[in-house]
Amino acid sequence: MPLFARLYNFAHWLTQERAAAEDLVQETYLKALRGFSSFRQGTNFRAWMYRILRNTFLTTQAGLKASASTSLDTDDDKATEPEATGTPESVLLAQLEQDAIQNALEKLPVKFREIILLCDLEEMSYAEIGDTLGIPMGTVMSRLSRARKAMRELLTVKLQRASR
Amino acid sequence: MTCELWKDKLGAYVDSASPENELAGLEEHLKNCPSCAADALSRLQLKRLTRAAAVRYAPSLEFRLRIENSIQKKTKPIWASWMPRLAVAAVALILAVVSIAAWMRQSAREQALTELIDLHVATLASSNPVDVVSTDRHTVKPWFQGKLPFTFNLPELQNSSFKLIGGRVTYFQHSPGAQLLFGLRNHQLSVFILKEHPGMVPTQAGIITVQQMAFNLETWEEGGLRYVIISDSSPADVHELGQLLRAAAHS
Repeated sequence: MPLFARLYNFAHWLTQERAAAEDLVQETYLKALRGFSSFRQGTNFRAWMYRILRNTFLTTQAGLKASASTSLDTDDDKATEPEATGTPESVLLAQLEQDAIQNALEKLPVKFREIILLCDLEEMSYAEIGDTLGIPMGTVMSRLSRARKAMRELLTVKLQRASR
Repeated sequence: MTCELWKDKLGAYVDSASPENELAGLEEHLKNCPSCAADALSRLQLKRLTRAAAVRYAPSLEFRLRIENSIQKKTKPIWASWMPRLAVAAVALILAVVSIAAWMRQSAREQALTELIDLHVATLASSNPVDVVSTDRHTVKPWFQGKLPFTFNLPELQNSSFKLIGGRVTYFQHSPGAQLLFGLRNHQLSVFILKEHPGMVPTQAGIITVQQMAFNLETWEEGGLRYVIISDSSPADVHELGQLLRAAAHS
């Protein structure tokens, strides 16, 4: 089954629960199978599968809750860059353990978490991300920028607490 | 252009998405501006840390089988329902008794190898396929120190057609492992070196050659490590690289 392990990992990050992730992946494959005739040959199969999974997630209780909780957080096309910190971030980042990154990802709003995963883990291009999330390229860039800023802020707070 | 304007472009730069007409100017600026260079470095570090940390959840074998069964049911041809149920049950029982153990081993092995093929394909599709870029085995091997709970030997390639491209840390079944990338003519070969544990890539002893999804694979166990070579090049090429690696392991 193409993409199975990767789709499951992504689903688990979205749902934060094993049983819900399994239901989501199962529903995704069944929908993909039913709708395979609608897949246009020559277009991006990976983005198509992730789009089905993500749209399915948005119809679940957890997905509705996640999208409602971030609905006021509007996107615009002006990228928001991380603010500079006093300490070189490369030094701070080197101190981070894997679970600190995972905790920060868990705490991010779903729409920030998903775009970071699609970009950094799945290594999708901005066009692919736009295709998957159904948003224009400018919004991909601005949302990604704000997502990374939010992630850095969470990590900085964690590092500051650890250093006290 | 001021640093603030360059910094706006660093996000796209670390994602390898900078427009062609900006790339040369940005790289020139990074050479001369320590502040922006440090910013770019920290962004790259965070991206790499995120990539490693985000490989966190793996589907269970039971779940994979459940999905495969549900898909097979959906795609089952109509004539299948015409077969007498008793005969199907009898055949299934005989097959189950005779081959269930072999089937489970085969199924688990295919799933594990499919997952490794996914990793290989994802690496080739990546704009940054390796984290350590070097043709020198004395650079690549030490790079893994402290990143993996084991070590391994790399072959001398001077008299062969293979070229070492580099390596990266990969995660397979929740464990870190090495993924080495070799070049051969226009082909690229991934070599996964993983700590062997029961059920990882269940297979019989010795060198196993497999063709899966049109990729050629060779796998073997040596010194507690599982080696898996994956490539679209010929089985002979894959085997030749395997021999070089096995010779290096004994050296």
